[in-house]
Amino acid sequence: MAERLVVIGAGMASGRALEHLFEADPGAYDVTLFGTEPRGNYNRIMLSPVLSGEKTYEEIVTHDADWYAENGVTCRFGETITEIDRARKLVISEAGETPYDKLMIATGSAPFIIPVPGKELRGVMAYRDLDDVNAMLLVSSNPNAKAVVIGGGLLGLEAAAGLQARGMDVTVVHLMSHLMERQLDPAAGYLLQRELEGRGIKVMCNASTKAILGTENVDAVLLEDETVIEADIVIMAAGIRPETRLAVDAGLHVERGIVVDDQMRTDDPDIVSIGECVEHNSVIYGLVAPLYEMAKVVAKTLLGEAAAYQGSTTSTKLKVTGVDLFSAGDFAEGEDREEIVLRDAASGVYKRLVLQDNRIIGTVMYGDTADGNWFFGQLKDGSDISEMRDTLIFGPAFAGGSPLDPMAAVAALPDEAEICGCNGVCKGQIVGAIQGGATDLAAVRATTKASNSCGTCTGLVEQVLAATLGDDFVMPTAQPVCGCTDFTHEDVRRLIKSQELKSMPAVWQACEWKTSCGCHICRPALNYYLLSDWPDAYKDDPQSRFVNERKHANIQKDGTFSVVPRMWGGITTPDELRAIADAADKYDVPTVKVTGGQRIDLLGVKGQDLPHIWADLNKAGMVSGHAYAKGLRTVKTCVGTDHCRFGTQDSTGFGIKIEKRLWGSWTPHKVKLAVSGCPRNCAEATCKDIGVICVDSGFEVSVGGAAGMDVKETEALGKATTQEDAMDMIVAFVQLYREHAKYLDRAYKWVAKVGLDWVKEQIVEDLENRALLVARFDHSQTIYQTDPWEERTHGRTARSFAPLADLSLEAAE
Amino acid sequence: MSWIDIGALDDIPLRGARVLKTQLGCLALFRTHGDKVFAVDDRCPHKGGPLSEGIVHGASVTCPLHNWVFSLETGTAQGADEGQIDTYEVRVENRRILVDGTRLALGMAV
Ligand code: SRM
Ligand SMILES: Cc1cc2nc3c(=O)[nH]c(=O)nc-3n(C[C@H](O)[C@H](O)[C@H](O)COP(=O)(O)OP(=O)(O)OC[C@H]3O[C@@H](n4cnc5c(N)ncnc54)[C@H](O)[C@@H]3O)c2cc1C
Ligand code: SF4
Ligand code: FES
Repeated sequence: MAERLVVIGAGMASGRALEHLFEADPGAYDVTLFGTEPRGNYNRIMLSPVLSGEKTYEEIVTHDADWYAENGVTCRFGETITEIDRARKLVISEAGETPYDKLMIATGSAPFIIPVPGKELRGVMAYRDLDDVNAMLLVSSNPNAKAVVIGGGLLGLEAAAGLQARGMDVTVVHLMSHLMERQLDPAAGYLLQRELEGRGIKVMCNASTKAILGTENVDAVLLEDETVIEADIVIMAAGIRPETRLAVDAGLHVERGIVVDDQMRTDDPDIVSIGECVEHNSVIYGLVAPLYEMAKVVAKTLLGEAAAYQGSTTSTKLKVTGVDLFSAGDFAEGEDREEIVLRDAASGVYKRLVLQDNRIIGTVMYGDTADGNWFFGQLKDGSDISEMRDTLIFGPAFAGGSPLDPMAAVAALPDEAEICGCNGVCKGQIVGAIQGGATDLAAVRATTKASNSCGTCTGLVEQVLAATLGDDFVMPTAQPVCGCTDFTHEDVRRLIKSQELKSMPAVWQACEWKTSCGCHICRPALNYYLLSDWPDAYKDDPQSRFVNERKHANIQKDGTFSVVPRMWGGITTPDELRAIADAADKYDVPTVKVTGGQRIDLLGVKGQDLPHIWADLNKAGMVSGHAYAKGLRTVKTCVGTDHCRFGTQDSTGFGIKIEKRLWGSWTPHKVKLAVSGCPRNCAEATCKDIGVICVDSGFEVSVGGAAGMDVKETEALGKATTQEDAMDMIVAFVQLYREHAKYLDRAYKWVAKVGLDWVKEQIVEDLENRALLVARFDHSQTIYQTDPWEERTHGRTARSFAPLADLSLEAAE
Repeated sequence: MSWIDIGALDDIPLRGARVLKTQLGCLALFRTHGDKVFAVDDRCPHKGGPLSEGIVHGASVTCPLHNWVFSLETGTAQGADEGQIDTYEVRVENRRILVDGTRLALGMAV
């Protein structure tokens, strides 16, 4: 008589295990199959196509009633096992007791419901089985129904895409800084987000759920930052937990999952377990490929044959139609690791391979995943790829062939290959133009329009030139921003504007960055470009700023900092001086110095004292002097008509007004101004970035001076009769500089590049343009004109000045 | 080894650093782009620059004073510069940061 096998859980793992078992020995066991769901096994991973309407439930059933009947399985669907009695070898359900000789636990996982108030409201649901899908579909049929999906992982995004396809208004709320952070790096996460947003799904990253609002039904989701998002349903897709409750109660060895050995046995020899509920070698799995491996092994174990499960390496794909995404292995960076990154801006492709000891250990691909499985195969096999390293990223089509030189690749392109996507120019046209006498980039641009729009194909066009002209063509050597990209600062700035790139990953993709997150040279530049071009959309990234700007103080050679409060136009008061003196005493400031910028520097302040000394100075009405900033520094003034017998205008008052208008603004390099009350020029206005000399008839504004590494005299920009006119000219100049200059070019270097005549055209001749520049500057100031000291002395950021922890006080045994 | 919980992963900004005071002196704890955490001496072998104030990129940090670049994994200076910083074991579990207390106390005994 056959032994009795009882199976708890009629899901994907047990379904596959039974298939193997019956194939090998149909008569070995009398099987009773319990499942909470009122149905047999179906392909759970295809629930997403059912949700989106691309498939029906019937199409995803894997084992129907006939199959169970043919194999003599006693089906107890809709029955939940509540207890395992190991001593008496039986399982208990509401209907009673069922004895076993062997027991298989395949209970899968339970969705993790985040413990926030309101989680029990009607309309809050998980995404795990067909009942969940049906519940979602019921709501989605209402017009204008809104869904909030909590969790931007695989499940959450499939749910979001499915609901959106059903016509719902969908918002994804994700705790981490990019989507699918466990499977994707930030670059791929960005591309995915862009795609989903393009479909109309709202995505909120760094968003933490505080509560779900509603009385009986859900009404809305409340975030930590007090944002309220209306919702008719809330899908919790914040993770899964192995369903181990039965095993725990039965006293089996359970860690995060039910612990099994290589034969899938628990610590009770008569109980095996497979699927998402188990833990093997400290690993738990949430994908089907490992479960299928386990199913093979457990069938053999039940038949007394030798077999061992060795753990699995998994890969991920997202099943959202139109999204091509693949990831596998470990793709964190590390110094003993190398990476190969390929970005193709025109087609939205991103591929990254992480190598260690000449083997692929991780890969992330977006946009073109055709080679994903091939890479994954190399990864699993641990193949040595050193032979094909140079062409590896191009996949199996190239790999193994002779190392490809990019020139050869271009030379090998057929004539009809498209080079310039924007203007639809193919290689043959470019070659034709070159043969017709267009022998440099400008000429090719002029005759064919290739590389004339977004410019991303410039490199390719140059390669076509080189391939066609041979030695007659000298590749131009425009300086790229840094080793991370081949693009120049100017190219990057142009693309940020023309393609509306509003985040670092967007720039990295469009400008084909070769590193995953840039370096200390490019990140500060990009951070500046983005915040100056998109003050609303872009959020300043302190980690991409040089220490002085991140700490709002100049770092000194001994690691201490200097503190320079603003002294508007060089004017101070006894109260301010007293506050500065008090602060110097209180914080043991070793040096107090009058700077070359008409204000007072407190040098040698300890890092952890910064928020405190700032708070004290704030209290006395002083704000940061930005002596550390690529931004507005000082406006130096002389005493003017207030006191001086030669003064023609109120140079002090005007200087103060300028400083109050410009402070807090970020610029490509520092910006200094001065206003002198007469041509004697005591404020040294003619060696500043912008200088004003007051004369009887008004104000002479001149620009492009410096007195640092180069000494330069300013050149006249224009003359104004009123203060307002002079102010507009100054503000417009600063904004023009902010919008166009290369990061770390002082104004004089930039003016030399673009020509003073062009600057005059923009600001002096075209008054409409001047007004627009002023408006854009003022708008940016509504966001950036804040005292960083005040911000840093409060709240979360204040903490970053203190040590994370202090272990020096713990007793050292 | 005795692992000491010193704080949450999110207490360190992404691609940023925080300081940990120990009896050995200050350590710099870095969090990379890929959410790995590294601990190294917070002192540049060149002229003592505070590495915790540097810019983090990949698994490297650039010293804020004169731009030497160090690997956070090996502690070795990159490129033409020569130098070495000590590295310490750190673990991240459930988004908490753990450092090896034994190592830090041992150093004390020396
Ligand atoms: C504090 C001060 C010297 C002083 O004691 O007077 C000073 C101190 C520094 N200057 Fe300066 N500069 C100071 C006025 C000047 C002046 C004079 C002026 O502004 O009237 C100049 C020449 C004018 C000019 O800028 O054209 C000046 C030209 C420079 C330069 C060269 C810039 C150039 O484009 O050639 C640098 C280097 C840089 O910025 O890259 C520099 C950089 C520095 C730095 C920030 C170096 C650094 O990165 O650590 C110094 C910080 C010292 C510290 O530890 O705090 N400092 N620096 C002055 C602060 C003025 C203020 O109140 O904000
Ligand atoms: C929407 C969705 C999309 C997915 N997409 C993919 C994908 O693209 N690729 C991939 O590899 N994986 C995917 N997965 C994961 C995959 O479905 C699971 O890894 C797999 O189903 C796990 O199989 P299992 O048998 O361990 O658990 P399950 O298939 O969950 O089966 C467990 C069954 O046990 C039942 N049960 C639990 N406790 C009891 C009890 N006490 N008594 C009786 N019955 C009980 C449950 O009701 C359930 O039916 C997806 C999952 C979901 C929900
Ligand atoms: S002149 Fe040189 S040494 Fe003096 S403050 Fe300026 S940068 Fe420092
Ligand atoms: S002190 Fe670090 S590079 Fe000089």
